[in-house]
Amino acid sequence: MSKLGQLGNKLHKGEVSYNFIGHRKVWFIVSIALVVLSLGGLFARGLELGIEFRGGVEYEAKTQITADTVQKFGDVVKATNIAEIGDPVVTTINNERVRVQTKPLTQEQVPVVRKAIADAAGIPADQVTSQQIGASWGDQIANKAIIALIVFIALVFLVIWGYFREPKASLAAIIALGHDVLITVGLYALIGFDVTPATVIGVLTILGYSLYDTVVVFDKIRENTRGITGSNRLTYSDATNLAVNQTIVRSINTTLIALLPVGSILVVGTWVLGSGPLKDLSLALFVGIAVGAYSSIFIAPALLALFKEREPGMQALNRRVMAKRAQGTATGKSAGVEGDLVPAAAGAARVQDTPRATGSAPAPAARPMAAGGAGRPQPTRKPRSKRGK
Amino acid sequence: MVLLFGIMALTKTWKPKLGLDLRGGTTITLTARNLDGSGQVTAEQISEAKNIISQRVNGAGVAEADIVTSGSHITVAVPGATQDSLVAQVGQTALLYFRIVYDAQPAQPMPTPSTTPTPTGKPTGKPSTTPKPSTSIKPTGTPTAKPNGRAWSSVLGQATPTPTPKPSGTPTAKPSGTPSVPPADTSGDPLKYTPDAATQAAFAAFKCGDKQDENSAKPQFSCDKEKVYKYLLGPAIMKGTDLSDATAGIPQNQFKWQVNLNFTGEGGDKFLKATTAIAARGEGNNLFAIVLDGVAISTPSVAQPIPGGTAEISGSFTEAEARDLANVLKFGALPVAFDTSSVETVSAQLGGNQLSAGIWAGLAGLALVVLFSFLYYRGLGLVVVASLAVASLLTGALVILLGKAIGFTLTLAGIAGLIVAIGITADSFVIYFERLRDEVREGRSLRSSVETGWARAKHTIIAADSISLLAALVLYTLAVGSVRGFAFTLGLTTLIDLVVVFVFTKPLVTLLARTNFFGHGHKLSGLDPEHLGVERLPGHSAGPVAKGPARKPSTRKPIGGEV
Repeated sequence: MSKLGQLGNKLHKGEVSYNFIGHRKVWFIVSIALVVLSLGGLFARGLELGIEFRGGVEYEAKTQITADTVQKFGDVVKATNIAEIGDPVVTTINNERVRVQTKPLTQEQVPVVRKAIADAAGIPADQVTSQQIGASWGDQIANKAIIALIVFIALVFLVIWGYFREPKASLAAIIALGHDVLITVGLYALIGFDVTPATVIGVLTILGYSLYDTVVVFDKIRENTRGITGSNRLTYSDATNLAVNQTIVRSINTTLIALLPVGSILVVGTWVLGSGPLKDLSLALFVGIAVGAYSSIFIAPALLALFKEREPGMQALNRRVMAKRAQGTATGKSAGVEGDLVPAAAGAARVQDTPRATGSAPAPAARPMAAGGAGRPQPTRKPRSKRGK
Repeated sequence: MVLLFGIMALTKTWKPKLGLDLRGGTTITLTARNLDGSGQVTAEQISEAKNIISQRVNGAGVAEADIVTSGSHITVAVPGATQDSLVAQVGQTALLYFRIVYDAQPAQPMPTPSTTPTPTGKPTGKPSTTPKPSTSIKPTGTPTAKPNGRAWSSVLGQATPTPTPKPSGTPTAKPSGTPSVPPADTSGDPLKYTPDAATQAAFAAFKCGDKQDENSAKPQFSCDKEKVYKYLLGPAIMKGTDLSDATAGIPQNQFKWQVNLNFTGEGGDKFLKATTAIAARGEGNNLFAIVLDGVAISTPSVAQPIPGGTAEISGSFTEAEARDLANVLKFGALPVAFDTSSVETVSAQLGGNQLSAGIWAGLAGLALVVLFSFLYYRGLGLVVVASLAVASLLTGALVILLGKAIGFTLTLAGIAGLIVAIGITADSFVIYFERLRDEVREGRSLRSSVETGWARAKHTIIAADSISLLAALVLYTLAVGSVRGFAFTLGLTTLIDLVVVFVFTKPLVTLLARTNFFGHGHKLSGLDPEHLGVERLPGHSAGPVAKGPARKPSTRKPIGGEV
């Protein structure tokens, strides 16, 4: 743990850093590949829609599961001689329950089939759980979900715009969000999980959750880039990259903590209940939160930096920073630019990491020093106005 | 919080209202659509439909059924065993008919009013002896101030909205009393119907709430809304769809509420014929009933034939009564059919399983989060535990109280929302703690870090939480069914999270920072220097804790350039 803590400290100071922004092309390609794969799965395989979206009747009963259970219940249901019943689908759940799905039935036919199943399972009819769904119900749920999605995205765009005063932040967050939802849905198509209304809830909740981490990262970016054009040490990308590195521990922790309860629902829903809304909901959430964490670290900030650097002011800043850096390298006074260490990030550490001269015992190494004219390091202190709140 | 639990203790509600998927029962979702297949179903129609359905459910003798509308959907939740017959009954289309009243009786033997019953036929104008049908219908424009019809209207002027009924029913409409109607013609024309002896006998035995099939071509027994009177009604003379519109209002220069009817062209002709026949039946027998879904909503009297396709029903309406009647008529004019969208039957056994599974998942999730925070944040884990405990207590209390106050039911999806919210709540603490550690790393003393870290973290927490809240709100307003339960708990817990972080967690951390254990960065406090990766806590001498690595000179070189 303490190693983790030290890593956190180094990340914070920019001593250790991964160049998320510099490698954005790699991550964009990874994401685009994932999205394309998802879209491919979606169009080629389609989603396995649950009975809620297809319409029909589903019965569930507790019974002794034997090798011929499926056959037996299939025959029993067919023996009711109801023309509309079609070919009933019989499956077993968790070795203790049997599930029968039929085509839509009329109100008179529902109890008949229920009775047949109850008799076969040897339990009273009122212990058979059933679900009857009209053919158009699924469309209505889906339509509502799509409307909710659109309204939410529009509102989020405005809220983030209002909060960060930056439509580009909104755009980056929304693209990342779309990416999360697409990959989650694509995963459903590729693996062939059942899509039920609970899944839809899960996917819609991802919207809120995926943005949670993104907002945290963006908040730090805003802090790091405040007044960035006033100096020429950092490009926007550098400041963004520093922000991502500084918040990565936070992002990982929030994601882990969010995943723990969701994971426990998933486990309980799968192994105790076998199926049902708990499992469907938590599965969608689990996948979505994980993808959301990925996008809030690798995709959203990189997109924001990409958008911002197109601004003329930022490009001018870039040129100034580059010029200064070239000069610094020439005089041999610059920090070591090695491997993945980002020079600008190290520079940024000074901005972020200006302690006040508190305490009695001086600890010179921990403080930034200004190389004075005489080459003697002097402790420095930012003016109050330059310090953060 | 004390307040919340005080209310709980007062109202003696210690258990949340559980959804049917947790305790077994049938949930029916109906989707309303206009019978003519065009246009949207209006909010008025839905609320009228809800009334009709709750009457049907109550009529079926089902206790504590929950009926909720959202958009064009009506959800009926019936606890207990499977209700196959109810499902069929609830989903029928409610139709409005006009029928002639042939007999009216009190629904059950009523306790005799203190005043002695007045003789039949000649009410002496005591409002207390007037039966409910204290309205009259007449052509539009007839001055209502002038009484039309002697015996009835003398009462009309003074009738109270809820009169005490007279034991022996005022309208003495005996079949023998209508000799003008030739019995031979009963076959086709409903206007010429007369009840036979068998029908009379059946009517005498009829009690309100008895089940009977509604058939527009046959006579019908019906009761008014309050089940005070029962009526023997003839076959339908008109259908609701003969109406084109109905409005409630006060005519100019008058001060009493009335309901204005507009008929379709064909409906107007029918109404003229009907009113001609009814008016001819004579005083006391000239009532017809407006029957919606088997319930006699209003029984106006007709004094004269009404031509022109418009009419008004006047009487001693309150505004609410007039509007109710107009809504019923409007609903009848454009009946709404229900599609049974989904019927979900959960056995009590499965419900119990789902409830315990939900609780176990919640406990497991909570335990994991607590474990994680102790492992990672050590002593600060205590803050997480305490804050989560406060948040859970608040959530529990609110869920229970909201169940009582606004009928919020906790469903499986709702429980899932609560569990997911554990993570969201704990995330706020993570944001704050990480921020706090960042501040310490930047060289601030612990105490000032607690404040500066908070100042920054709070903006992040507010921004992140408001987006969660926004998601919950959008889901709640736009979605149907179980989604709403989930969205509700998610939104509720996000709000609670905000409250707890501001009111509880932050002050707690401030307090703890003053203690030696936390303030001086004890090894187990989660704020020890080694843990944070800094050499020592600013403002303190290095102490024994920071012996090893702390003394090592930092590898970080001062870099050239100004700061």
